[in-house]
Amino acid sequence: MRRVGLVLGLGFLWLPILLLIGYAFSADRIPFQWGGFSLRWFAALAANARMLDAAWLSLRIAAGAATLAVLLGGMTGWVLARHGPFRGRALFGLLAGAPLVLPEVVTGLSLLLLFVVLQGAAEAALGWSPDRGALTILLAHATVGLAYVAVVVQARLAGMDAALEEAAADLGAPPFTVFRTVTLPLMAPALGAGWLLAFTLSLDDVVVASFVSGPAGTTLPMLVFSQLRIGLTPEINALATMLLAVTALALLGAGLLLRGRNTPRS
Amino acid sequence: MRRALVLLPPFLWLLLLVAAPVVILLGIAVSEGAPGVPPFTPAISLQDGWRGTAQNLLTLAQDGYYAAALLRSVLVAGVTATLCLLLAYPMALGIAAAGERWRVLLLALVLLPFCTGFLPRLGAWIGLLRDGGWVNGVLIALGVTTEPLPLLYSDGAMYLGMVHAYLPFAVLPLAATLLRRDMSVEEAAADLGASPWVVFRSVTLPLSLPGAAAAFLLVFIPAAGEFVIPELLGPPEALLVGRALWGEFFQNRDWPLAAALAVALLALLIVPIRVFQGLDEGGSRRGASPPARGPGERPGMSK
Repeated sequence: MRRVGLVLGLGFLWLPILLLIGYAFSADRIPFQWGGFSLRWFAALAANARMLDAAWLSLRIAAGAATLAVLLGGMTGWVLARHGPFRGRALFGLLAGAPLVLPEVVTGLSLLLLFVVLQGAAEAALGWSPDRGALTILLAHATVGLAYVAVVVQARLAGMDAALEEAAADLGAPPFTVFRTVTLPLMAPALGAGWLLAFTLSLDDVVVASFVSGPAGTTLPMLVFSQLRIGLTPEINALATMLLAVTALALLGAGLLLRGRNTPRS
Repeated sequence: MRRALVLLPPFLWLLLLVAAPVVILLGIAVSEGAPGVPPFTPAISLQDGWRGTAQNLLTLAQDGYYAAALLRSVLVAGVTATLCLLLAYPMALGIAAAGERWRVLLLALVLLPFCTGFLPRLGAWIGLLRDGGWVNGVLIALGVTTEPLPLLYSDGAMYLGMVHAYLPFAVLPLAATLLRRDMSVEEAAADLGASPWVVFRSVTLPLSLPGAAAAFLLVFIPAAGEFVIPELLGPPEALLVGRALWGEFFQNRDWPLAAALAVALLALLIVPIRVFQGLDEGGSRRGASPPARGPGERPGMSK
């Protein structure tokens, strides 16, 4: 019974993906129609300058946003798990959790309105304001990523006994040394997982990016979305196959790394 | 205090990029539209004071078009979340029952579809469901139909895409709850002569309810504002709040009305969101975290 449900569910999840991968190697011009084995769509992808430009922009935004998200989200998670009570704690927790539950269209629209107000203020004060584009997308994605990293880090720290840090402090280690030698190593797997999560979210987002971007910033998902609205092309299958291969390899590598030095849980 | 150095950067960031945008959104929702860049007259300004209007919110309440969009979004989100829950429950039971090695692999199989990217997966559904597509080919070969069925751009295609995209969100909290459950209660019930079905109905199912509620809401909340899936797979005229908001913003350039729609969507979602956050806190409090110690106490050595 259980097995049947599991197999059916996984089959449903994977059927379109397996077909997509299979037909990425089909020579036929019509997607999802078999025309013999061929790598022509991978070659077409490699020659598609617009697609490559958008992919390069997306990768840079995702890497930047994930890095910012890990820095700020790591701090946020630590504050939620380890910082004692302080004024405004309830507000802090509410704000840190908000991006997780706000619908994408609301996040996108509200961030755009903020950027417009900031641009207006810069215009009034300096007579000049930066355009919306890669920078505003990066700030928006870092904010969403921050919330996800904070959840992962908070859960990791909550599962760890604070006694380890207290023992180090009792033995005379100054606060920064305690953080560097005990807390940070404990947080490290959560920070790594959080970075990957924030990176994937950024690389997959079309709604928030469409709202906050300007004329100059077209990310890969924005380009793919506009193409899908017109019609399906086999190149998109080739692109998805490449993405899956790269992420599967990255996950495999991360899994092997983590297995190598698994920290014992208290 | 050095701890403030850790607290301050994220707090300022959250105030600027989470709190301020929502406040501005509320402000624009009660502003008047005006030609120009940006296309509205601020509700509050230093020169003119308060110039707000409730017109946008009134429009939403009075114009049946927007009320219908909001209502239909809630319905679509509810149906999607229910379907996801029904599909996810047996999957989560199977994952929870598997050995540790298998469990990691199965969880990876549930999560890995995320990595192909959300849009190419929708593209795959377009390719499978269109008139000359795979599904119609199979149906014709089986003799179910002679003419290709209009499967794409329908409510069915939209639900298929929604369930496919959101199913992993439902599986994960359910599997986590089922994994944490105390198996000895089920064994006791079985020892006392309960049939497997009775054990499931009277022990497993009630124990998993918090996870099921989390799974439902984790799908329901984002699905209510979904834009991309109905746009790519649904019928062109399907009226949903995400699409209405997108249209007001990008096509009609009516920013105040788009903001008012966003505020209305938030108002509808505030109760599910609070319930979800309550479940979440309950879950982490029940988790493995030891009670926080006061700074003056000696660390216990009883481990």
